Amino acid sequence: MNRRNFLKQSAFTTAGTMLIPHFLKAYEAQMMGQVSASNGKILVVVQLSGGNDGLNTVVPYRNDIYYRERPTIAIKPEKVLTLNDEIGLHPAMTALKALYDEGLVTVINNVGYPNPDRSHFRSMDIWQTASDSDKYVTTGWVGRYLDAACAGKEHQPFRTIEVDDTLSLALKGDTVNGLAVLDPKKLYNQTRSDLVTGLSKEHPSHEPESVAYLYKTLAETVSSANYVYDKAKTYATLATYPTTELGNRLKTVSQLIQAGVSTSVYYVSISGFDTHTNQPGQQERLLGQYAEAVGAFMKDLKASGRQNDVLLMTFSEFGRRVKQNASNGTDHGTANNVFLIGGGLPAKRVLNEAPNLTKLTEGDLTYSVDFRQIYATLLHDYLGADDVAILGRKFDGVKIV
Amino acid sequence: MTNLTRQQQTRYLFARAGFGATPAELDEAARKPLKKVVRQLFNDSDSVTDLRVVDADTNETKKQLKGMFQNGQLDKDMLKERIRDNAEKVRDLNLQWLDQMSTGKAALREKMALFWHGHFACRAQGRNPLFMQQYANTIRQHALGKFSDLLMAVSKEPAMLQFLNNQQNRKNAPNENFAREVMELFTLGRGNYSEHDIKEAARAFTGWQFTPDGQFVFRQQVHDEGEKTIFGKTGAFKGEDVIAMLLENKQTARFITAKIYRFFVNETVDKKRVDELADQFYKSNYDSTDLLETIFTSDWFYDAKNVGAHIKSPVELLAGFRHTLGVQFEQPQSQIFVQRTLGQLLFYPPNVAGWPGGKNWIDSSSLLFRMQLPNYVLKAADVTVKPKDEGDVNVQSLARKGGARFQTKVDWADFEAAFAKTTDAELTDTIASTLLPFPLRSDQRELINKQTHSGQSRSEQIHTITAALMSLPEYQLT
Repeated sequence: MNRRNFLKQSAFTTAGTMLIPHFLKAYEAQMMGQVSASNGKILVVVQLSGGNDGLNTVVPYRNDIYYRERPTIAIKPEKVLTLNDEIGLHPAMTALKALYDEGLVTVINNVGYPNPDRSHFRSMDIWQTASDSDKYVTTGWVGRYLDAACAGKEHQPFRTIEVDDTLSLALKGDTVNGLAVLDPKKLYNQTRSDLVTGLSKEHPSHEPESVAYLYKTLAETVSSANYVYDKAKTYATLATYPTTELGNRLKTVSQLIQAGVSTSVYYVSISGFDTHTNQPGQQERLLGQYAEAVGAFMKDLKASGRQNDVLLMTFSEFGRRVKQNASNGTDHGTANNVFLIGGGLPAKRVLNEAPNLTKLTEGDLTYSVDFRQIYATLLHDYLGADDVAILGRKFDGVKIV
Repeated sequence: MTNLTRQQQTRYLFARAGFGATPAELDEAARKPLKKVVRQLFNDSDSVTDLRVVDADTNETKKQLKGMFQNGQLDKDMLKERIRDNAEKVRDLNLQWLDQMSTGKAALREKMALFWHGHFACRAQGRNPLFMQQYANTIRQHALGKFSDLLMAVSKEPAMLQFLNNQQNRKNAPNENFAREVMELFTLGRGNYSEHDIKEAARAFTGWQFTPDGQFVFRQQVHDEGEKTIFGKTGAFKGEDVIAMLLENKQTARFITAKIYRFFVNETVDKKRVDELADQFYKSNYDSTDLLETIFTSDWFYDAKNVGAHIKSPVELLAGFRHTLGVQFEQPQSQIFVQRTLGQLLFYPPNVAGWPGGKNWIDSSSLLFRMQLPNYVLKAADVTVKPKDEGDVNVQSLARKGGARFQTKVDWADFEAAFAKTTDAELTDTIASTLLPFPLRSDQRELINKQTHSGQSRSEQIHTITAALMSLPEYQLT
């Protein structure tokens, strides 16, 4: 939703809602049709955990150095699904190639950050918090978006949802955290015991503040779970999705979007990309799963006319080293590609130059786009949020919208 | 503000200085002066039993195993299995330590070691259980006593030198990571040194290396013997000199004291009080035993505003739970599952800054999981939650073994015995007073009592009430 809609909706829901329950007001208002459901833009983030090998995902199939450095794991030129004269997709990604041909995919090459960290957990931290690589931040960029969205109003964790059982750092804010929902019904059931519902109605105000914080979190959780479940059950998607973890999760995202849940950012992850040994088979399987799930998701959105309202971004915490290792795999590297799919972006393009394999930094690709430039663009141009406040400083946007 | 009752004081002391207390322990402590109870906590922590999952002389690094594979001493399957065994030893180390926290006598030492684990955050990598074992035993050995000894010892631990890349810090190719973290995270805190100090200190730390069998070694040939200027002093400094300079700087005492205050007393720092404590810490030559004893015997420590202000970390929650009810897990790896789900896995802190703590532990899913935990553990209820897969293939093997099946043995007899003389009418409030930082509110009491039913035996009632009390948000606090 753009900023104006968000404000309009929030202004409405805050009126006369000083009393608890907080969200029931927003929810009731929507049920009464006084405020439309999420009618703005929606961002879906898909995280590939483990460091996906970007060079074998978007393959520089005309580059001799690529074939020289990867004698046994390189993707053969004739197998590549070509995007242009230089690069093409891994053969397992036919579903993504189809989306590209439809004009729905933007590829951004060479995305990274200064002084890259090759440890999974640290680099993932950096991507999730949007911090510099020598700083430690305890809130995530989506969480800070949520903080901004809820500033001065009632806290609505469901404005940003991670489709999972546990919440990533990316969705942890300073004053509000996003909501983790793998399955709306399951979460709802977890909040249905007499003890949990009973306690969620209590609002102890005495010191210390920790008590009030726990009860507030509980109340927000119970009403959010209630809201999401009640909304979600009004719509069931008929589309077919692959029965993989990512397929199931994107199906849930689609269901929530189409049921009109007021969520602006969804977060989903898939893991297994840490391919030090025997990479080819594993990566083929994972990229195939990814492409098929995303293909089904976009098809589903298209059928319901929502393709332009939903932008899916895919990233991985780092790419792999250019040279393959002795175990038919690759070790941790740096810069990587990012995909933007749907969202009404201009059609069919590779946004910038292909990786330069002659200009490596200690055997790794050199980044040319800071990932926070992409975040800034998504926050400002797409979601209509204050990117500088959320990212802590101004990053030049990339021209995507 | 009302003063705490004697029982509230002891409950609070045991919760902060250790991992909680059983009703019997509380009862016994209530008969002694508080100062004596505090002293007893230190006495009980005098000695330390080392954690041991691997012997130094039988430890095989991944590199050595790969060498054996290349020599033909191991086939491919054997190699894989041996590497996996190593990763599993880090898990066993985690579980052994958790046992010491939950059931060992030296609760205060283990609590302080947990604090140091977050402070000197170090993450298991390269599947070397020996290095992590040494690191864990070093922070446990020096947990109480001189911070100066601990700082030097932990800075020379192979696990730390490896984690902070000091093996790559050489005369002609400096790596500043170690020097930076020693200043930023271990001693002074951000903003109390210059980039120049870091560059020069990094030169002083060149040559601080380790051998594959876990010995610290100073390698003269990669050490930069030139003059360095650090904090305005010039000399041909070595790593030990930098550590000495950092300890000489009173800012180190302030930084450490404030962090200890936040961990043991209140996340919101009382600046004046911390300054006074830091003075004392500095004058005592960084005696952490002395500092903690001052804190635990001060009246202000027992101020109502501090009680219940601390949100238990997942490890504190788990160890406390086990301690109070004498819980034994039939499949100990369930405890890994709990740690991963709640976001604190021993030996895998999120980054060099350690676990952020406080409110960071709590979000919708972690709070619900915490509130369900007593049911999982005490009633073997089905766990429907699954932690995320880490991206790291090395951590994956912990995940697969971490069964979400909670078969436990609970020492109910001891727990129940403590309430033998309690009347039925007082039962709920009396149990609550041993488990929670505050008395029950009437609506809470009503909700708890609704969980029981008249057909239950007294012992069943105690189980039901206890599980319900442990599900309260207040049980997350100390």
